Amino acid sequence: MKDLSRREVIVLGSTAAAAIMVSPTMAFAEAKPAKALLEKFTGGKSIATGKIKLEMPEIAENGNTVPLTFTVESPMTEKDYVKRVIIIAEGNPRAEVATFNFSHLSGVAKASSRMRLAKTQNVVAVAELSDGTFYMAKTEVKVTIGGCGG
Amino acid sequence: MAKSKPRVKAPKSASKGDIVTIKTLISHIMETGLRKNKKTGKIIPRRIINKFQAKFEGTEIFSVDIDTAISANPFFQFSMKAEKSGEFEFIWTDDNGEIYTKKSKLTVS
Repeated sequence: MKDLSRREVIVLGSTAAAAIMVSPTMAFAEAKPAKALLEKFTGGKSIATGKIKLEMPEIAENGNTVPLTFTVESPMTEKDYVKRVIIIAEGNPRAEVATFNFSHLSGVAKASSRMRLAKTQNVVAVAELSDGTFYMAKTEVKVTIGGCGG
Repeated sequence: MAKSKPRVKAPKSASKGDIVTIKTLISHIMETGLRKNKKTGKIIPRRIINKFQAKFEGTEIFSVDIDTAISANPFFQFSMKAEKSGEFEFIWTDDNGEIYTKKSKLTVS
């Protein structure tokens, strides 16, 4: 194999640099379906922060089964309760995780499950209250081994 | 795949006004439809539990619309305010149309 000339090295180097430059735009493209999902969920209404708490491990060694628990502050009466909570994983091949539907009979707006995470990413939980307001919580989970591999 | 087996941990008795916690689990592969068969290169078709419902005396208290990111053997923990005695019914719906159910009685004193 012939040694690479100085010029070839420079060309290779710039190609690699170009590849790195592309990645931020890719990250942006990836976040789009999550945004579309949120808009569909809220019907374009604004989302406030607070009231909802999303608990997930900071580091998940196995992305195949990551525990999650969320709690929404609500009296859970017939007039004032949490209708539903959507969970979105921004960096998964399919951003939608699940929608939890509550009723005033639930007593408390709290639920736990286990989910898959393909890689390190933000997980978003948005609650819709019976008065039509929306609240969001976001948490980052670092994933050691992704959970969507074949 | 082995037949899906639902399991439920719900209290048998409670005092009126108590908030009871229910845990459910069902054995299921939750195939995402994103994986490929390594030998043939073909995509393995999606097969997940797409809906979970919890009813008490026929009224829905809690349900989940499930997508592919819920782990295999889906687990759910949730609550109910115990107001009267009655029967829980838990329903899981599979992509292939199969429905798995489990019942549990609650006595409120």
